[in-house]
Amino acid sequence: MFLVPDPVVRFFHRMASPPHFYRFTERLMPWLVVIFLLLTATGLYGGLYLAPADYQQGDSYRIIYIHVPSAWMSLFIYVVMAIAGAIGLVWRIKLAEIVAISSAPIGASFTFIALFTGSLWGKPMWGTWWVWDARLTSELILLFLYLGVIGLYGAIDDKRVASKAVAILALVGVVNIPIIHYSVEWWNTLHQGPTVTKMDKPSIHVTMLIPLLLMALSFNVYYLIALILRVRVELLQRERNTQWVKYRILENRQ
Amino acid sequence: MSVQEFFAMGGYALYVWPAYGLTLIVLLANIIIPVLQRKHFFVKALKKKR
Repeated sequence: MFLVPDPVVRFFHRMASPPHFYRFTERLMPWLVVIFLLLTATGLYGGLYLAPADYQQGDSYRIIYIHVPSAWMSLFIYVVMAIAGAIGLVWRIKLAEIVAISSAPIGASFTFIALFTGSLWGKPMWGTWWVWDARLTSELILLFLYLGVIGLYGAIDDKRVASKAVAILALVGVVNIPIIHYSVEWWNTLHQGPTVTKMDKPSIHVTMLIPLLLMALSFNVYYLIALILRVRVELLQRERNTQWVKYRILENRQ
Repeated sequence: MSVQEFFAMGGYALYVWPAYGLTLIVLLANIIIPVLQRKHFFVKALKKKR
């Protein structure tokens, strides 16, 4: 903790307070939306229009601009969910618990998008919508983990108890994350190996790489927006009997 | 490149555009759902007050 500058520590302390989080994110939201729209517009323009067709895959490869960022997000959000769950478990910070459970539907959505767009890409390139290879199967298990988290949370009435259960499930499921990432190296898969995250040099041309990275950034900002929206609803519901929520209801300040 | 050429996606339009369309639908849903939930929360809470 002593390595972190004091203002940063104070910022996180204040953000953990529900009324402060609610107020702060209210002001932050328009900026996030503008950044998201700019990144998406430039990313899609670069990816769908400026970037040349692939010399082997033609224009079908353009699915990459949503497929790969979605797959990255599906892993990243799972890790965020597990870490937030662990923080909630150890320090009983309500906001961490809420960040964990609010991440689940967004992560599930990105996992679903990665699987679905992958299927639409696989059909013209591999000649099949689906194969039970290591990458596809482990990604499908990730979807079931997300759905398990959502189902478990919904099945327990006491939301603090539910958050504990969800955190433990999320932490156990973390073993799946390196399995997904390394599946294309450990097993012989139909799915291609990594092209961007290779240690030496990415084997993708810069005109294709830049839009891909822009879309990855855009999806990260999107996650932040969708997460904030969900966290705010969950905060209102959990804190409905507190003074700050009652004031907001009275003044109808949504 | 003409507009038709762009939308034809080199013959892969039937794969590329459904992928983008579905992504748009799923991502929009994740924005609309919590916004509606928040509106619903305030409507219900205000009703209770009266």
